[in-house]
Amino acid sequence: MTNPYHVVVCGGIVPDPLQTLEPVTGPNGPALKNEMMLPAILDPWAAHALYEAANLARKIPGTRVWLVSLAPKAKLQQVMMTIAQRVPLELVALDGPGGGFTDSTAVAAALAQAIEGIAGLDRSRLLLFGGWESASRGAGSTMQMVGERLGVIEQFQGVDELTIGDDGSLHILERVEGGRHQISICDGPPAVLGWATGNLGEPSNNPQVGMQNMRTIMPSLQKAKPVQLASGVTFASVTLPKQQRDTRIVKDMPIEEIAQELAAWVRS
Amino acid sequence: MTDRPWMEVDIVCAGFGPAMGGFLTTLAPCLQEFAIPPQVLCYERADGVGFGVSGVVTRARGIRSSFPNLDVSQIPMATTVATENVLYLLDPTGASRRGASVKALDFAVRHASPVGLHAVELPWTPEFLLKTGGLVMSIGQFNQWVSEQLMMTGTVQIWPGMPIAEPLIENESVVGVRLADQGGMPGMDIRAKLTVVGDGPFGPVGRRIDEVLGTPLGFERNEWAVGSKMLIGLPEGVDLAPGTVFHTMGYPEPEIFGFFYVHPDRLASAGIFVPSWFDNPVRTSYRYLQHFIQHPYFERYVKGGRLRSWGAKSLMESGKRGEPFLVGHGYARIGEGSGSTNVLTGSGVDEAWTTGIQLAEAVTELLREKAPFTRNNLERTYVARRRASWVEEEGRIAEHARDGFQHGFVTGMLGMGLAGVTKGNIVVHQNAKPTFCRLGTVEEYFADRIPRAEIDAIREQANADGVPLHDRLMDRAGWPPIPFDGQLLVSHQDALLIGGKVQATLGFEDHVEFLRRELCEACLTQVCVEICSGEAIAPNKDGGNVPDFDREKCIHCGACLWNCVEPVDAAGHTNIAFHAGAGGLHSAEN
Repeated sequence: MTNPYHVVVCGGIVPDPLQTLEPVTGPNGPALKNEMMLPAILDPWAAHALYEAANLARKIPGTRVWLVSLAPKAKLQQVMMTIAQRVPLELVALDGPGGGFTDSTAVAAALAQAIEGIAGLDRSRLLLFGGWESASRGAGSTMQMVGERLGVIEQFQGVDELTIGDDGSLHILERVEGGRHQISICDGPPAVLGWATGNLGEPSNNPQVGMQNMRTIMPSLQKAKPVQLASGVTFASVTLPKQQRDTRIVKDMPIEEIAQELAAWVRS
Repeated sequence: MTDRPWMEVDIVCAGFGPAMGGFLTTLAPCLQEFAIPPQVLCYERADGVGFGVSGVVTRARGIRSSFPNLDVSQIPMATTVATENVLYLLDPTGASRRGASVKALDFAVRHASPVGLHAVELPWTPEFLLKTGGLVMSIGQFNQWVSEQLMMTGTVQIWPGMPIAEPLIENESVVGVRLADQGGMPGMDIRAKLTVVGDGPFGPVGRRIDEVLGTPLGFERNEWAVGSKMLIGLPEGVDLAPGTVFHTMGYPEPEIFGFFYVHPDRLASAGIFVPSWFDNPVRTSYRYLQHFIQHPYFERYVKGGRLRSWGAKSLMESGKRGEPFLVGHGYARIGEGSGSTNVLTGSGVDEAWTTGIQLAEAVTELLREKAPFTRNNLERTYVARRRASWVEEEGRIAEHARDGFQHGFVTGMLGMGLAGVTKGNIVVHQNAKPTFCRLGTVEEYFADRIPRAEIDAIREQANADGVPLHDRLMDRAGWPPIPFDGQLLVSHQDALLIGGKVQATLGFEDHVEFLRRELCEACLTQVCVEICSGEAIAPNKDGGNVPDFDREKCIHCGACLWNCVEPVDAAGHTNIAFHAGAGGLHSAEN
């Protein structure tokens, strides 16, 4: 029988991607206009990692799942009211800046320090999960550095699947060039898995799970330590990805022609 | 007991809006005085507690009483009211449908004073309309801010993204709520000693209680409006002061009132109300809203601006006449669904908040007494407080204030004025008719502008194209085309993708249901299609006449419910069922 794991998921929050995002320059550097007003969600890459962790915990009794999150406390609290209904977790909250305008080295240092402080964490059973990159920045560097700071050298990025062998080994599918997967076999924990999308859908809300989670989430939020991130990076300029909105009303245009026009536009 | 999953709490709350904000804000600190604090859960349909849909100007008497040291700057998009003006908007297009009395009014206005920009500012604002000392806010941001304060107390839990399907009613008592089924799994029963109903005027919990436990004598909810609004990022160079408030009347149609509120950071809420007594069967709020913001008086402010988000919701405007039984065994009702909106002052948020305060005070009193939440106890504590309050006193003044609008705009304005000035002692008394009794046909409404044969042709073509009638009929009736700029003036479909954006959570069933399909097949008017704020209800593209419903576009404004022109029973229910559903707009800026 496989020994239970201690899964730590690192996950920040990002503005709900359905919002209008507008970069501005604030007193502390680049920011998003009205950032604190925008509703937030758990970073989608990290959310996949969390759902995979919960799935693992469901299959292997005794496995524990922590979510370590660095974000503005008030925003994190709101996000938790949605996430907490989905999967059982124990929250480790750090009250600090979210978004994409932080230095991943500093973020990794704060996360690693928080993980080192988790009571009862067995580092020999540690699976360190997270998104292989963040929807707010996309640098793909934080998880690697968290792992290195914790001394975890078995690292896998762009993970889509994890299965546990009969001998407790980890069978891991990582995305590689050309739409293929690389299959790795790792003897066992500790390991870092930076998740891509995985294969799991978003779990349904479960009120009982939410109630159970609140027993740890609210105390964690209330005692969340303020984190000052070292400023090791300077942003020369910030722009949104280019997008074009060109509304045109067409009447009686066959669907095929519309498709052809779109295809030509994409090719151009 | 069923084989569904279930759990038991002390108090379960349906819906998180201003009323529930007032309730929980007042209750939360009191819970800490009990050795074992009562467990209080609140379930909200929307995916986020901040996804409200309204800019609001409010006197904020109740809100300020809850936060005596309120620092308004802590609430995003909030500011104090700086100036208030009432505008009478003339028609710059020549397309507005103005009866003889309105034309006479227009004539008098144009000749009484200079009317630059096709508008006149009333020299005097009636006291009952004034919001002096009040707040301009975004309801979404206010709800979000309130929820932050609440959650940090650790005494109450607010769960978004979880629609409540119906109340649990046993032996004429409400014993909790049933959550909506999701992903094929039955929704959980939440059994509670007290169910607080704050799910609005068309929420499934409140409506089901009315159906099962009845309504008071004289109860009627025939007067409604769709409030539709845009949040606009004003262009550089526009220096309107935050807290600037305009109330408007007269355009785009005399029946359509409007507003323009200025928030901090050069943001403005501009919106209109399309009332149930507006007799146009193709009563689109979105197209009319686009004409409203292009009125010369406002165009000078918004031209070059950017649409940041938009939204719409139904407002129940029957006021006290729409008041249901406020309490019963195991339940109490607060907010708009409890008939608290003041239809004279055009104010509902602060009234709703205050009813929440009153219920929280009552609940605290009963908890201290260790008294059960029976009808008598809730009458003694909650209803008594409410009856003795300004909400009740002003609600009674307003009770018949809008009746005159059943006869038209000018009579309605006179009626409102009389009710306001005489404190409700002199009113124009007229019962409101439900939409299905009031609305005529498209042919009747446009008889003076579009030949019947042409209407037939337009309808045939619109059906073939799978689009509503309203744009084509308004174009034909002389309304200027919308000069889409891809920034502020965008198609209705594009608006679904800007700022507010619409999303439906996976796993829930369609929440709009057409009950008797044969009635839809025979329905030519299909106001449900025309009024739909998200174009979620559309002409049937696969043949037949039963509209299509796309829940991924629905913003849960509820307009289809009261705009259906096909009654199915003597109680006035229409052929559309509006069930519990998740999703809707994703915008906290509204």
